[in-house]
Amino acid sequence: MQLRPIFSSLRHHKLTATLLVLQVAFTLAIVANASFMVVQRLQRMGTPSGVTEDELSMIRVEGIGKDDNHQARHLADLDALGRLPGVRSAVAIGPSLPFSGNINSYGACPSQEALERAIAASSLDHSGCLSIDTYAGSPGFVRTLGLQLIAGRDFTAGEYVTGDVSAVMLTQAAARRLFPGQEALGRMVYAGKQGSRVVGIVRDVMRPLLRGDGSDHEVMLWPQLPDGDSVTYLLRSAPQHRGRVLAAAAAALQRLDSRRLIPASGQRTFAQLRAHYFQRDRTMVGLLVAAGLGLLFVTVLGISGLANFWVQQRTRTIGIRRAIGATRVDILRYFQAENFLIVGGGVLLGMLLALALNLLLMSRYELPRLPLAYLPVGALALWLLGQLSVLAPALRASRVPPVVATRSV
Amino acid sequence: MFGYYLDLALRSLKRNKALTALMVLAIAVGIGASMTTLTVVHLLSGDPIPGKSSVLYFPQVDPENPALAEHTEPYPAMDYRSALDLWSAQRADRQAIVTSSPVKVRVPDSGQPPLMLSMLSTTADFFPMFEVPFQYGAGWSAQEDARHARVAVITADLNDKLFGGDNSVGRTLRVRDTDVRIVGVLKPWRPTPLFYDPWSQNFSRTEDVFAPFGSSLDINQGNFQAYTCWHVPEKVGDLRNSDCVWVWLWVELDSPAKVQAYGRFLAGYAEQQKAQGRFATGKEHVRLRDLMTWLTARGMVPDDVRLQAWLASAFLVICLFNAVGLLLAKFLRRSGEIGVRRALGASRRAIFSQCLVEAGLIGLLGGILGWLLTLAGLWLIRRQPVDYAHLAHLDTTMFLATFALAVAASLLAGLIPALRASRVVPSWQLKAL
Repeated sequence: MQLRPIFSSLRHHKLTATLLVLQVAFTLAIVANASFMVVQRLQRMGTPSGVTEDELSMIRVEGIGKDDNHQARHLADLDALGRLPGVRSAVAIGPSLPFSGNINSYGACPSQEALERAIAASSLDHSGCLSIDTYAGSPGFVRTLGLQLIAGRDFTAGEYVTGDVSAVMLTQAAARRLFPGQEALGRMVYAGKQGSRVVGIVRDVMRPLLRGDGSDHEVMLWPQLPDGDSVTYLLRSAPQHRGRVLAAAAAALQRLDSRRLIPASGQRTFAQLRAHYFQRDRTMVGLLVAAGLGLLFVTVLGISGLANFWVQQRTRTIGIRRAIGATRVDILRYFQAENFLIVGGGVLLGMLLALALNLLLMSRYELPRLPLAYLPVGALALWLLGQLSVLAPALRASRVPPVVATRSV
Repeated sequence: MFGYYLDLALRSLKRNKALTALMVLAIAVGIGASMTTLTVVHLLSGDPIPGKSSVLYFPQVDPENPALAEHTEPYPAMDYRSALDLWSAQRADRQAIVTSSPVKVRVPDSGQPPLMLSMLSTTADFFPMFEVPFQYGAGWSAQEDARHARVAVITADLNDKLFGGDNSVGRTLRVRDTDVRIVGVLKPWRPTPLFYDPWSQNFSRTEDVFAPFGSSLDINQGNFQAYTCWHVPEKVGDLRNSDCVWVWLWVELDSPAKVQAYGRFLAGYAEQQKAQGRFATGKEHVRLRDLMTWLTARGMVPDDVRLQAWLASAFLVICLFNAVGLLLAKFLRRSGEIGVRRALGASRRAIFSQCLVEAGLIGLLGGILGWLLTLAGLWLIRRQPVDYAHLAHLDTTMFLATFALAVAASLLAGLIPALRASRVVPSWQLKAL
């Protein structure tokens, strides 16, 4: 296959060829970055929370009277909830849960001195302290969430209070950060006015809001009883019973006190909580996929449109070539090679553009660096698409009979 | 002449329907995608109170002491004491303390079930300062603020729900356990974004019930939530003397001189508090931004939306490349015809304008289809569970912009092909015929 004639013919169509090259380049740049973003979002959406997601549901009760005894109310409610068929366990849960978006975080320090250092410096940096998220609940909440105790013990009944707590549990990640290289169990953690003893270490669980900076699992559990005008109950049941259990729970709670409000928006399974948290990611994935496919489609249209035009324009030339001995395959190969060259130019430029676009996105949207593997894959895809879209016009060209060379000369 | 060109363009478009459809489709898809996202950006970065936003200011001080979090910007809220100090000083033309809390509301003796609503606690200046429109009655007075009067203003929606839209001024509402008298009913009022509340969902509705700051603290004590605290409050929900930020202060300053004076006053206050040991930082953490600057600083347009707008613009650019290529093919294919017209005396300029008219026509068709696609796109956005979904409508500006963009884009795309076509050498073409 001689490439020289192709180059010289492309020189006559500099403008059109340049346009095609640019179109392919931009398409590759955008599609490579868009697919990278899709993969990123999908990974984010797949983040495990660390709790037994498919068995949990939540129900919120609002507007408990000002003068009611909250704790007695909770106990009565939990007793009723625990006896519902299908409910394995029921607890009152604090304001935060993984993916709930409600932050209940504190500065936690491994020692009194570290706390004072942080206070003096007005900053957590270099103090040994860290910003830690807390999950709280009524007795049994650690087991109901499905958190696995790795070392130490669960909270005792006497440790559950409404005010400052004397015992806490840490996730492995939090224990590593607070006490690097040391045993965390039995140590004191300072998060408020007084210290609390670490009585247990649990397997990692996610913060209420993803940070994505490697500190996503720095969580502290504490035996603080929820105490306020509204409360959320956490129910654990078999996955297939969740809907039924929620409905039964709402009815049971309303029966216990008809003055309370149990809004429908406050009744949801953990799966719904997760879906809500990642709603924007899902929308973005949909949009990015649609935009990527749309771009590829438009590019295919452009390539085949122009190839068609060229074939038509060169009908006489093709006829002459056929008349002086070129075979059909030669003509087919000619157009395929031409397309290969044009798309090749576009792909080379596109890889550079993709990296440049990635740098721009990194600076503006905190996107990580584009893995280089995306480039050859994208290039290959565009080459294939290019060949696919040129096939029909090229086949038509190969069918041009040599006799057209003799017409209207 | 234009009519003739239009006629020629129509004939030419009809001659090759597939190619025409391809070009119109490419432009329409590009326009549809970019206009959908641009409309969202346009709506999200809008001015909630045009004409007034330049005199509304959001003062910020940084009360955190000790600071346990890393931050360089003051919080978008104030502690009770700072806000009350600054508000009581009455240094601005108007000033209002604002905060929001959930509350149980019912009409006593009506038999209706109680509703869980949200209550805005504020001071008298709120209504004139933000030009809140009233249907019945009016806001309360500064004296009623001072007396902790049991009064309230309700929204049009709530008035419809509770009183069937009648004039309910003078009626009684039970807010949590306290009876309050309704003194005003608003007209439908939905500032977008909900500018005065820095940590609500940006495009949510206003609160349902508005009550004087002092009295609502009495009524709904225990239900107020803090933006953040640096010490756990003694009593959950009692934030008055806590180390928490949870209220916002808004001021109206009618002249640049007053803005400067107020800035100095704020800085002086922060320095004085620092000297007393209550603030860790002084005037370096004081901010006084006007409304629109504050909204921008807050990042009103979500990153995702911005990214979508970029993506859509890139999409449009590629669609344009496509259109340029196809137009080039279309015009040059007619080289013979152009040669004849040139030989018969048409000037280059005439050929050029003829080609541009054709490109513009394609743009217009693409614009119409693109407009339909934009409507479809906005419909899709309205079905998304995002807080700005209800906003996604095409206003007149964006409607006109759709067509302007489509025609401009296609003319731009037609420029090079038209120039090429007008350079066709007549003698060559005539020989080839």
